[in-house]
Amino acid sequence: MIDDTDRQIIAAMQGGLPLVPAPFAEIASRLEMDEGDLMARIAAMKASGVIRRIAAAPNHYKLGMTANGMTVWDVEDARVAELGAQVGALPFVTHCYERPRALPDWPYNLFAMVHGASGDEVEEKRAQIAALLGAACRGHDILYSTRILKKTGLRLKERN
Amino acid sequence: MTPLDATDRRLLNRMQEDLPLVAHPYAAVAEELGIGEDELLARLARMKEDRVITRFGPFFDAAAMGGAFCLCAMAVPKAEFDAVLTKVNAHAEVAHNYQRTHRLNMWFVLATETPDGIGACADAIERETGITVLRFPKLQEFFIGFRVAA
Repeated sequence: MIDDTDRQIIAAMQGGLPLVPAPFAEIASRLEMDEGDLMARIAAMKASGVIRRIAAAPNHYKLGMTANGMTVWDVEDARVAELGAQVGALPFVTHCYERPRALPDWPYNLFAMVHGASGDEVEEKRAQIAALLGAACRGHDILYSTRILKKTGLRLKERN
Repeated sequence: MTPLDATDRRLLNRMQEDLPLVAHPYAAVAEELGIGEDELLARLARMKEDRVITRFGPFFDAAAMGGAFCLCAMAVPKAEFDAVLTKVNAHAEVAHNYQRTHRLNMWFVLATETPDGIGACADAIERETGITVLRFPKLQEFFIGFRVAA
């Protein structure tokens, strides 16, 4: 679990890491901490999984990946673990999860995000997933995103 | 937007992987790529400015902090879409939100510091909008392939 100092570190970094030669020194100075202590805290949070990585979030649209399909599948419960792992391993699937159905509105329990340069490319990839799932899949759909309505990192509430 | 050149693409691919946790991390990556630190920082700043990179920094796992993530969906009538969007996005717990082609046309992720926070926030959105918030917490994660080949 994280303590108050970790919380302050997260708050200081959640807007992004400064693009300066010594970014951890800059964060440390904002927090009036020692740079080494800050880096040790970050290392501990990486080890515990609180920080997954420090990296860039690319904008798919700007990279020409303008078609983004959330493919959704109604897969037999008994086979979803095995088949989900196979779908998740496909190189063009960027996220793959089992989620609960919300009957009657939503019969699908496997979600696989597919990105491509065109709708045709995404459809072709969807067909590959359909072939892989075969008869274990009782229905499927694809939802295209038409607009990013919000995109921020995790925001911690101020609290003291 | 400045078109991406081959070095930008290499840099963007590399920066989707973890930054080394050292005092001068950008210099370390610049050395890997055979470019100067100043050049790397200038390229990153430009790609952020051009919104090719939406964010550069730590990716937090709310679950590892004792919190939770939940994908949610709503069927928002077209005429009310912008009004509902304003109400939904006003919640700091809404980490991202996409409009999608389906009767369920608004899909967003809630990220909260406690598991209870998900239900509380989704319930609040239902009260404020009068629209059911379907909740799709992950049961199993098969792969996080966060990389996009630039």
